Amino acid sequence: MKLSETIEGSFSILGGDFARGGAASCELKSILEKLGLPEDIIQRATISAFEAEMNVIIHAIAGTMLYSVTPERIKIVVTDMGPGIPDIELAMQEGYSTAPEWVKEMGWGAGMGLPNMKKNADVFNIDSVVGEGTTVELIIYTQKRGES
Amino acid sequence: MKLNEIKRLLNLEDLIEDIQGRDVSGVYVSDLLSDVMANARPGDLWITLQTHVNIVAVASLKNLSAIIITNNRKPDDETIKKAREERIAIFRTPLSTFEIAGRLYRILKGD
Repeated sequence: MKLSETIEGSFSILGGDFARGGAASCELKSILEKLGLPEDIIQRATISAFEAEMNVIIHAIAGTMLYSVTPERIKIVVTDMGPGIPDIELAMQEGYSTAPEWVKEMGWGAGMGLPNMKKNADVFNIDSVVGEGTTVELIIYTQKRGES
Repeated sequence: MKLNEIKRLLNLEDLIEDIQGRDVSGVYVSDLLSDVMANARPGDLWITLQTHVNIVAVASLKNLSAIIITNNRKPDDETIKKAREERIAIFRTPLSTFEIAGRLYRILKGD
Protein backbone atom coordinates (compact mmCIF):
# COMPACT_ATOMS: atom_id res chain seq x y z
CA MET A 1 0.00 0.00 0.00
CA LYS A 2 1.25 3.46 -0.75
CA LEU A 3 0.03 6.70 0.65
CA SER A 4 -0.62 9.04 -2.24
CA GLU A 5 -4.34 9.40 -1.70
CA THR A 6 -6.74 9.25 1.21
CA ILE A 7 -7.20 5.83 2.79
CA GLU A 8 -10.36 5.50 4.83
CA GLY A 9 -12.60 2.97 6.46
CA SER A 10 -14.67 2.18 9.50
CA PHE A 11 -15.19 -0.40 12.22
CA SER A 12 -18.23 -1.02 14.35
CA ILE A 13 -17.88 -1.48 18.09
CA LEU A 14 -20.40 -3.23 20.32
CA GLY A 15 -20.94 -2.03 23.89
CA GLY A 16 -20.01 -4.66 26.49
CA ASP A 17 -18.07 -6.73 23.97
CA PHE A 18 -14.88 -7.02 26.03
CA ALA A 19 -13.94 -10.21 24.17
CA ARG A 20 -13.30 -8.10 21.08
CA GLY A 21 -11.81 -5.17 22.98
CA GLY A 22 -9.05 -3.70 20.85
CA ALA A 23 -10.10 -5.50 17.64
CA ALA A 24 -10.76 -2.24 15.76
CA SER A 25 -7.55 -0.60 17.01
CA CYS A 26 -5.45 -3.69 16.20
CA GLU A 27 -6.82 -3.67 12.66
CA LEU A 28 -6.14 0.04 12.34
CA LYS A 29 -2.59 -0.54 13.59
CA SER A 30 -1.91 -3.16 10.93
CA ILE A 31 -3.27 -0.81 8.23
CA LEU A 32 -0.96 1.97 9.45
CA GLU A 33 1.97 -0.46 9.51
CA LYS A 34 1.26 -1.48 5.90
CA LEU A 35 1.34 2.21 4.96
CA GLY A 36 4.88 2.31 6.35
CA LEU A 37 4.29 5.11 8.86
CA PRO A 38 6.90 5.65 11.61
CA GLU A 39 6.49 3.50 14.72
CA ASP A 40 6.05 6.41 17.15
CA ILE A 41 3.25 7.87 15.00
CA ILE A 42 1.54 4.47 14.83
CA GLN A 43 1.91 4.09 18.60
CA ARG A 44 0.26 7.44 19.30
CA ALA A 45 -2.58 6.73 16.89
CA THR A 46 -3.29 3.24 18.21
CA ILE A 47 -3.05 4.22 21.89
CA SER A 48 -5.63 6.98 21.44
CA ALA A 49 -7.83 4.80 19.17
CA PHE A 50 -7.75 1.95 21.68
CA GLU A 51 -8.77 4.18 24.60
CA ALA A 52 -11.67 5.54 22.54
CA GLU A 53 -12.69 2.02 21.51
CA MET A 54 -12.61 0.78 25.12
CA ASN A 55 -14.73 3.71 26.25
CA VAL A 56 -17.45 2.61 23.81
CA ILE A 57 -17.22 -0.97 25.07
CA ILE A 58 -17.30 0.11 28.72
CA HIS A 59 -19.94 2.83 28.58
CA ALA A 60 -22.05 2.72 25.40
CA ILE A 61 -24.52 0.50 23.59
CA ALA A 62 -22.65 0.66 20.30
CA GLY A 63 -20.35 2.87 18.32
CA THR A 64 -18.29 3.30 15.19
CA MET A 65 -14.66 4.15 14.53
CA LEU A 66 -13.99 6.03 11.29
CA TYR A 67 -10.43 6.56 10.15
CA SER A 68 -8.90 8.44 7.28
CA VAL A 69 -5.22 8.71 6.49
CA THR A 70 -3.69 11.31 4.19
CA PRO A 71 0.02 12.02 3.63
CA GLU A 72 -0.30 14.72 6.32
CA ARG A 73 -2.35 13.16 9.08
CA ILE A 74 -4.28 10.28 10.60
CA LYS A 75 -7.82 11.18 11.65
CA ILE A 76 -9.87 8.91 13.88
CA VAL A 77 -13.47 9.69 14.82
CA VAL A 78 -15.23 7.49 17.37
CA THR A 79 -18.95 8.07 17.80
CA ASP A 80 -21.19 6.18 20.18
CA MET A 81 -24.76 5.74 21.23
CA GLY A 82 -24.24 5.99 24.94
CA PRO A 83 -25.07 7.80 28.15
CA GLY A 84 -23.13 10.94 27.21
CA ILE A 85 -20.87 12.90 29.55
CA PRO A 86 -22.57 15.55 31.72
CA ASP A 87 -19.35 17.33 32.74
CA ILE A 88 -16.56 16.99 30.19
CA GLU A 89 -14.08 19.03 32.23
CA LEU A 90 -14.53 16.63 35.15
CA ALA A 91 -14.28 13.59 32.87
CA MET A 92 -10.97 14.91 31.50
CA GLN A 93 -9.40 14.87 34.96
CA GLU A 94 -6.93 12.03 35.39
CA GLY A 95 -8.32 9.50 37.88
CA TYR A 96 -11.97 10.40 37.41
CA SER A 97 -14.04 7.43 36.22
CA THR A 98 -17.67 6.34 36.16
CA ALA A 99 -16.86 2.75 35.16
CA PRO A 100 -18.52 0.03 37.26
CA GLU A 101 -16.52 -1.88 39.87
CA TRP A 102 -16.21 -5.10 37.84
CA VAL A 103 -14.70 -3.14 34.95
CA LYS A 104 -12.19 -1.59 37.36
CA GLU A 105 -11.22 -5.07 38.54
CA MET A 106 -10.25 -5.83 34.94
CA GLY A 107 -7.78 -2.96 35.14
CA TRP A 108 -9.92 -0.56 33.13
CA GLY A 109 -11.73 2.48 34.46
CA ALA A 110 -8.67 4.12 36.01
CA GLY A 111 -9.76 7.50 34.69
CA MET A 112 -6.86 7.57 32.24
CA GLY A 113 -8.63 7.00 28.93
CA LEU A 114 -9.55 10.54 27.90
CA PRO A 115 -6.26 12.03 29.23
CA ASN A 116 -4.33 9.34 27.28
CA MET A 117 -6.19 10.33 24.10
CA LYS A 118 -5.42 13.99 24.65
CA LYS A 119 -1.75 13.28 25.38
CA ASN A 120 -1.22 11.14 22.28
CA ALA A 121 -3.22 13.05 19.69
CA ASP A 122 -2.12 16.38 18.19
CA VAL A 123 -5.76 17.44 18.03
CA PHE A 124 -8.36 16.15 20.46
CA ASN A 125 -12.00 17.18 20.26
CA ILE A 126 -14.84 15.80 22.30
CA ASP A 127 -18.53 16.46 21.98
CA SER A 128 -21.20 14.83 24.10
CA VAL A 129 -24.94 14.99 24.59
CA VAL A 130 -26.36 13.39 27.73
CA GLY A 131 -28.74 10.57 26.81
CA GLU A 132 -27.54 10.47 23.21
CA GLY A 133 -23.85 9.80 22.99
CA THR A 134 -20.29 11.00 22.65
CA THR A 135 -17.98 11.73 19.72
CA VAL A 136 -14.22 12.05 19.97
CA GLU A 137 -12.10 13.27 17.11
CA LEU A 138 -8.37 12.50 17.15
CA ILE A 139 -5.83 13.82 14.69
CA ILE A 140 -2.21 12.72 14.61
CA TYR A 141 0.10 14.52 12.18
CA THR A 142 2.36 12.12 10.33
CA GLN A 143 5.11 14.62 9.65
CA LYS A 144 6.87 17.11 11.83
CA ARG A 145 6.04 20.67 10.91
CA GLY A 146 8.37 22.06 8.30
CA GLU A 147 8.98 18.64 6.73
CA SER A 148 7.14 17.67 3.62
CA MET B 1 18.33 -10.05 26.46
CA LYS B 2 16.44 -12.80 24.63
CA LEU B 3 13.08 -13.95 25.87
CA ASN B 4 14.04 -17.63 25.96
CA GLU B 5 17.03 -16.79 28.17
CA ILE B 6 14.74 -15.00 30.64
CA LYS B 7 12.30 -17.91 30.52
CA ARG B 8 15.11 -20.29 31.47
CA LEU B 9 16.61 -18.11 34.22
CA LEU B 10 13.24 -17.47 35.90
CA ASN B 11 11.88 -20.96 35.31
CA LEU B 12 8.72 -19.55 33.72
CA GLU B 13 5.85 -21.72 32.57
CA ASP B 14 5.38 -21.05 28.85
CA LEU B 15 1.67 -20.97 27.99
CA ILE B 16 2.03 -20.26 24.26
CA GLU B 17 5.27 -22.14 23.39
CA ASP B 18 5.89 -20.55 20.06
CA ILE B 19 7.54 -17.19 20.40
CA GLN B 20 11.01 -17.48 21.86
CA GLY B 21 13.54 -15.38 20.03
CA ARG B 22 12.28 -11.93 20.85
CA ASP B 23 14.43 -9.30 22.54
CA VAL B 24 13.39 -7.90 25.89
CA SER B 25 14.43 -4.27 26.19
CA GLY B 26 12.87 -3.46 29.56
CA VAL B 27 10.13 -4.31 32.04
CA TYR B 28 6.88 -2.66 33.02
CA VAL B 29 4.83 -3.65 36.06
CA SER B 30 1.16 -2.69 36.27
CA ASP B 31 -2.35 -4.08 36.60
CA LEU B 32 -4.00 -0.98 35.13
CA LEU B 33 -4.36 -1.39 31.39
CA SER B 34 -4.50 2.30 30.53
CA ASP B 35 -1.34 2.81 32.58
CA VAL B 36 0.42 0.20 30.44
CA MET B 37 -0.95 1.89 27.31
CA ALA B 38 0.39 5.21 28.53
CA ASN B 39 3.73 4.28 30.03
CA ALA B 40 5.11 0.93 28.83
CA ARG B 41 7.63 1.09 26.01
CA PRO B 42 7.78 -1.14 22.92
CA GLY B 43 9.87 -4.23 23.68
CA ASP B 44 9.03 -4.18 27.40
CA LEU B 45 8.14 -7.35 29.20
CA TRP B 46 4.89 -6.78 31.13
CA ILE B 47 4.29 -8.24 34.59
CA THR B 48 0.66 -8.36 35.69
CA LEU B 49 -1.95 -10.40 37.52
CA GLN B 50 -4.65 -9.59 34.98
CA THR B 51 -5.70 -12.70 33.03
CA HIS B 52 -8.55 -11.61 30.75
CA VAL B 53 -8.36 -11.37 26.97
CA ASN B 54 -7.77 -7.59 26.78
CA ILE B 55 -4.16 -8.05 27.98
CA VAL B 56 -3.36 -9.55 24.56
CA ALA B 57 -4.66 -6.46 22.74
CA VAL B 58 -2.64 -4.20 25.03
CA ALA B 59 0.55 -6.22 24.46
CA SER B 60 -0.08 -6.33 20.73
CA LEU B 61 -0.86 -2.61 20.33
CA LYS B 62 2.16 -1.60 22.41
CA ASN B 63 4.52 -4.11 20.73
CA LEU B 64 5.45 -5.57 24.12
CA SER B 65 7.85 -8.52 24.11
CA ALA B 66 5.83 -10.77 26.44
CA ILE B 67 3.44 -10.98 29.40
CA ILE B 68 4.25 -12.65 32.74
CA ILE B 69 1.22 -13.53 34.86
CA THR B 70 2.09 -13.81 38.54
CA ASN B 71 0.76 -15.75 41.56
CA ASN B 72 0.00 -18.73 39.29
CA ARG B 73 -3.23 -17.13 38.12
CA LYS B 74 -4.75 -18.97 35.20
CA PRO B 75 -5.53 -16.93 32.08
CA ASP B 76 -8.96 -17.35 30.44
CA ASP B 77 -9.10 -19.80 27.51
CA GLU B 78 -10.01 -16.84 25.31
CA THR B 79 -6.77 -15.11 26.35
CA ILE B 80 -4.64 -18.10 25.29
CA LYS B 81 -6.49 -18.45 22.00
CA LYS B 82 -6.08 -14.78 21.18
CA ALA B 83 -2.40 -14.78 22.21
CA ARG B 84 -1.74 -17.66 19.77
CA GLU B 85 -3.48 -15.72 16.98
CA GLU B 86 -1.66 -12.48 17.71
CA ARG B 87 1.65 -14.22 18.49
CA ILE B 88 2.00 -12.75 21.96
CA ALA B 89 4.11 -14.74 24.42
CA ILE B 90 2.49 -15.40 27.81
CA PHE B 91 4.33 -16.92 30.77
CA ARG B 92 3.17 -17.85 34.23
CA THR B 93 4.96 -18.01 37.55
CA PRO B 94 3.93 -19.02 41.08
CA LEU B 95 5.99 -16.08 42.36
CA SER B 96 4.42 -12.77 43.36
CA THR B 97 4.84 -9.65 41.26
CA PHE B 98 7.37 -8.32 43.79
CA GLU B 99 9.51 -11.48 43.65
CA ILE B 100 9.54 -11.80 39.86
CA ALA B 101 10.16 -8.08 39.32
CA GLY B 102 13.08 -8.22 41.78
CA ARG B 103 14.66 -11.16 39.97
CA LEU B 104 14.20 -9.53 36.59
CA TYR B 105 15.72 -6.31 37.87
CA ARG B 106 18.81 -8.22 38.98
CA ILE B 107 19.07 -10.04 35.62
CA LEU B 108 18.62 -6.94 33.43
CA LYS B 109 20.37 -4.32 35.53
CA GLY B 110 23.08 -6.67 36.76
CA ASP B 111 23.23 -6.18 40.53
